[in-house]
Amino acid sequence: MEKLRRAMMFVPGNNPGMLQNAGIYKADTVIFDVEDSVLISEKDAARQLVHNVIKTVKYPCEVAVRINHITTPYGKEDLAVILPAKPDLIRLPKAETAEEIKIIDEIISEAEEKNGFAHGSIKMMAAIETAKGLMKAYEICSASPRMVALALGAEDFLADLKTTRSSHGSELFGARSQIILAARAAGVQAIDTVFTNVNDEEAFIAETTRIKEMGFDGKSVINPRQIKMLYKIFAPTEKEIDLAERVLAAYEEAKAKNSGVIALNGKMIDVPVVTRAERVIGYARALGLRKGGSTND
Amino acid sequence: MTIVGTGQAGTLESSDILVTVSPAESGSGIILQLTSPVIKQFGRHIEEFITNLAREQGLSDVTIHANDRGALDCTIEARVLTAIARSKVKAV
Amino acid sequence: MINKAGRDIPLVIPGFKEVKLYNGAFGTVPTGRVVGPKITVNKPRSEKIVKSIDQAIEATGLKSGMTISFHHHFRNGDYVLNMVVEAIARKGIKDITLAASSLTSTHDAIIPFIEQGVITAIETSGGRGKLGELFTSGKYLKKPVLIRSHGGRARAIESGELAIDVAFIGAPACDTYGNINGIEGKSACGSMGYAMCDATYADQVVAITDHLVPHPLFPISIPQTNVDYIVEVDAIGDPKGIASGALRISRDPKELIIAEYAASVIEYSGYFKNDYSLQLGSGGASLAAAQFIKEKMIEQGIVGSFGVGGITAPFIDMLEQGLFKTLFDVQDFDIPSIDSLRNNPNHLEMSASYYANPHNRGPIVNKLDVVILSATEVDVDFNVNVITNSNGVIMGASGGHCDTAAGAGLSIVVAPLLRGRLPMVLDRVHTIVTPGETVDVIVTERGVAVNPNRKDVLENLKEANIPLMSIEELQHIAYNLTGKPEAIPVTDDIVGVVEYRDGTILDVIRKPV
Repeated sequence: MEKLRRAMMFVPGNNPGMLQNAGIYKADTVIFDVEDSVLISEKDAARQLVHNVIKTVKYPCEVAVRINHITTPYGKEDLAVILPAKPDLIRLPKAETAEEIKIIDEIISEAEEKNGFAHGSIKMMAAIETAKGLMKAYEICSASPRMVALALGAEDFLADLKTTRSSHGSELFGARSQIILAARAAGVQAIDTVFTNVNDEEAFIAETTRIKEMGFDGKSVINPRQIKMLYKIFAPTEKEIDLAERVLAAYEEAKAKNSGVIALNGKMIDVPVVTRAERVIGYARALGLRKGGSTND
Repeated sequence: MTIVGTGQAGTLESSDILVTVSPAESGSGIILQLTSPVIKQFGRHIEEFITNLAREQGLSDVTIHANDRGALDCTIEARVLTAIARSKVKAV
Repeated sequence: MINKAGRDIPLVIPGFKEVKLYNGAFGTVPTGRVVGPKITVNKPRSEKIVKSIDQAIEATGLKSGMTISFHHHFRNGDYVLNMVVEAIARKGIKDITLAASSLTSTHDAIIPFIEQGVITAIETSGGRGKLGELFTSGKYLKKPVLIRSHGGRARAIESGELAIDVAFIGAPACDTYGNINGIEGKSACGSMGYAMCDATYADQVVAITDHLVPHPLFPISIPQTNVDYIVEVDAIGDPKGIASGALRISRDPKELIIAEYAASVIEYSGYFKNDYSLQLGSGGASLAAAQFIKEKMIEQGIVGSFGVGGITAPFIDMLEQGLFKTLFDVQDFDIPSIDSLRNNPNHLEMSASYYANPHNRGPIVNKLDVVILSATEVDVDFNVNVITNSNGVIMGASGGHCDTAAGAGLSIVVAPLLRGRLPMVLDRVHTIVTPGETVDVIVTERGVAVNPNRKDVLENLKEANIPLMSIEELQHIAYNLTGKPEAIPVTDDIVGVVEYRDGTILDVIRKPV
């Protein structure tokens, strides 16, 4: 079953207290940030700290690192220090070309070989934060088999677009639509941008409901309190879970019988229906609504 | 090896440690001054840990001030290594 | 001698006639009779009001070597204890035993009088700040400070082990013949629960009030039949220190995670059904749990029978929404709780004995289904410490911790697994306040452990979406991050004695090196 990435929680990379506690909030992924949340003068300290905590602390979830862009003076050093600690995922900010992805892919391959990690074990994702990047979204997603997700970084994107964030979100509609399309076409997940006003729970819920409807797999979050609200929105209903269970049972039965036709209550079931059912069960298990543990176990 | 510059890393926030390394006279060895809220429970361990780190980094004569705020070993190690690296940069 | 909690207790402790060893939570059977105060007379039309605290002290005949008592409903806003001790010192009286139901940092003011030998023995629930440090130093006091739970103190008073010569009662409202309540006046504190025992059993009772009203005052919490003298003063407390505004639900994400797990534990424990009863502590995670429990009760249509405790706004909210039928109240922490006790007939005041005394015919804690308690440290035997800090210094109070843990069907202890670098689950806690045999579940942000003697609860909790693990696994997670802490080195000097609620000795506090 596909790895869930509903809540991807940013954690400032130079804050030991937050780093060591990051695993307790049930985020599907924690993203240790050595980019925007770290002062230029502290980049060296943050990457060393992130290296150490990844190596030492056991996190019950996926561990990602947002590096500085590789065209900055810090990006390659970030990779050099952090990759030997074996993060699960590298997130590139401000992605604009497939070429960047390929360069990082190669650096990761070298690090995997040098450190004896399985080839391809460190995944990648990228965030679109410029109009230029958005125009290349599909190529970026397809540039490496390591790519598992494409995210939107709205703050920079809107500055580039010469507009600001509104409560209804129409300024992001185009970008979100294109990111979903590119991600789906390339077979990777689509992750929405952060919602920065932590105290406006109503607006967070409205936005999250909207992006779930659009097809996003998850959202970047900046505060643990947002995670529970987000999971509630992504939670399937009891009726959806029941149906999904019956679909999967029918699928298993068809497989056992070596039958090419999957049927439920006399109706044919397509493969996409099975895929959707798996997704629903994944959500249900992650929330403890069904046994079997979350897909992150 | 001795260092010539002063390097500092870390903060005084909870769970962090502020580490300052600076040169010491030849032959003085590794001089460590540690303050910590968990000195009774972990003082000996932290002292040994920092001293060993400095030794592994090839330092022989150095003064280290460590103002601990309840940092875990992984944080202590990161801060000590960064402080040492910074002292070397400044030494050039 | 090793007691049943595995603690080495000396058979001779300075200032103790007899050392009875803890013998299990219900292993000691009481004998004897309840004692009573001296019989006295108040003739018709005689005057109880005296002009000053000094005059009241003279009238009671308080002498060196006697025992005086206070209640702590004014919390950090209390003026009464300091005023009375100062007056006693002025009179040259020495060698007093101070039996306060608890002490807060505002009582640091009595330190000079301890140093001068005015107070030479202390029996209370705990100590904080400078007073706690003074207790731990072993200086000045003639015997170790005696730590009692709220229920244990009520028991000690009724059994005569704690014989109070003069009880001083801060009275938010008092009439001219000594009827008292806590719900009126500028220093209203709500319930007078702890003072009720003192008033009933002390040989003499002095009411000190800043709100003297014509007779008769009603409702009556402490009746005129208990009160010998009345003193009017300008202020008995600082309202800001007595009660806060409505206690706010925590927004600390770590506390919220702990609270969520605690609420899930209750939901799946088997106790969460109609007419269940609940006690909440006033700690952050405990209060936050109230919010989650409330949501679950509404969702599942569950109505509880009663709530107990130190009462706080979240509980008032549940009472007013009809989620609990009644509240039993021994103490109030915030203004909404005091208002509720005044206005809501379903909100009931109770005495410390009714609350938690193990040796009466049934305290309310015996009918508790679930209690959520906090902890400073726990250990792999589920013992809980709330009295000494990581350096072995007294900095907390026993309160009703061990009483409710023993009484409740399900006792849940909530605490962060790490405080800075300090792991919370140790091999052995520095001081036992609540024995592990009475603790059922320990909830932290990284895992939930069930006492192996509660297989039923463990089985039920397997259905909950919480990180269930053994206490050893939980400790392992903590030690993996922090390393194993060295034990706090202590001397042989005993500076504190922790009495279990039944009067046996559960643990002693030794002076740190």
